[in-house]
Amino acid sequence: MKIEILGSGCKSCQTVYENTQAALTATGKTAEVVKVEDMATILGYGVMKTPGLVIDGTVKISGRIPTAEEIANLL
Amino acid sequence: MIDPFRWIADILIYGALGLPQGEHLADALHFFVMDVGKIFFMLVAIIYLMGWFRALVSPEKVRNFIRGRSKFAARGMACGLGAVTPFCSCSSVPLFIGFVEAGIPLGVTFSFLITSPMINEVAVVLLASILGWKLAALYVAAGLTVGFVGGIVMERFKPEKWVEAYVWKIQMGEAGEQTVDNSLRGRHLYAWGETAAIVKRIWTWVLLGIGVGALFHGYVPVDLAQNLGNGLFSVPAAVLMGVPLYNSAIGAIPVAEAMLLKGVGLGTTLAFMMSVAALSVPEMLILRKVVRWPALGLFCLVLTCAFILVGFGFNGLDSLLHFSRGA
Repeated sequence: MKIEILGSGCKSCQTVYENTQAALTATGKTAEVVKVEDMATILGYGVMKTPGLVIDGTVKISGRIPTAEEIANLL
Repeated sequence: MIDPFRWIADILIYGALGLPQGEHLADALHFFVMDVGKIFFMLVAIIYLMGWFRALVSPEKVRNFIRGRSKFAARGMACGLGAVTPFCSCSSVPLFIGFVEAGIPLGVTFSFLITSPMINEVAVVLLASILGWKLAALYVAAGLTVGFVGGIVMERFKPEKWVEAYVWKIQMGEAGEQTVDNSLRGRHLYAWGETAAIVKRIWTWVLLGIGVGALFHGYVPVDLAQNLGNGLFSVPAAVLMGVPLYNSAIGAIPVAEAMLLKGVGLGTTLAFMMSVAALSVPEMLILRKVVRWPALGLFCLVLTCAFILVGFGFNGLDSLLHFSRGA
């Protein structure tokens, strides 16, 4: 499983990263977590409002900060 | 109408601490306590309620809505939608690129960038609750006009030449439908999440704004405020002061409140508010990634002139029609 966190490096994106790690710990699943800051890639996913959460190539959440619980449900 | 926050401040500052009303520190602290309670309470209430009713107005939907429309319609929509979409500075870049990629004219994109930070529904409701509906309506009307005209002016200078080359080459994908939980619990979670996220992001700025407002309220003499705060030079001075200062539209409200209470001109105050919210160094630095300095310089110049005009306009209108509450 590959999780990409889309963002230009602001605090919201960091929070999503932390929530994702928490969700992974809580569910006991493993995944490669990558922070993507490249604009071309972010827009390639069709996301205009960061932060964005992409799981295995599909955009699951964009434009808001999901809670760890919400991310855990998506995993 | 009983104001519970004023009551709490009265008890704490003038009562428990026993500080004399009318004395500088006492008045400043009173303002601080009162506004902290008032603003944070309302912030939480308003954001939460809005979170319930906000059909997800995402930039992606806005973009699809605007693209292909006539320039007049697109510009109007960009301003209106900029006013109702929540905005985080770090989204400026992908948003800008997304709009450009969709073939939306640059002037329209600039209109959106002008209205978005200046007008957000939370700030408007907060403004209405603290300073009255008339003032809030004036602020919104002025903001939308500045956005509309500002975009047109930007366009006249053909800003395409200042957009970084890579922007034109980006291909934007389609994000597709995301799962949205519309059950009561889902909406509560969403609204609460929004509330927590926004408050967490802006609480320091709001506290700063209240602090400045409190100092202004406690320490600036009324005659000084009224003399300097009205008259010809007050407006450009207010706008220029707002340029280097940065706060969100929400954080600027307590400062505006303090200014109006002291009798600073209505136009001067509005111009200051807009300048603080719309012109910010962090935002310019972020936008630098997509446009070059001449465009940003022009953007700041256009907005500065616009706010000065708004300031003069409202000072004039106020002397005729008396919108503002006096000291």
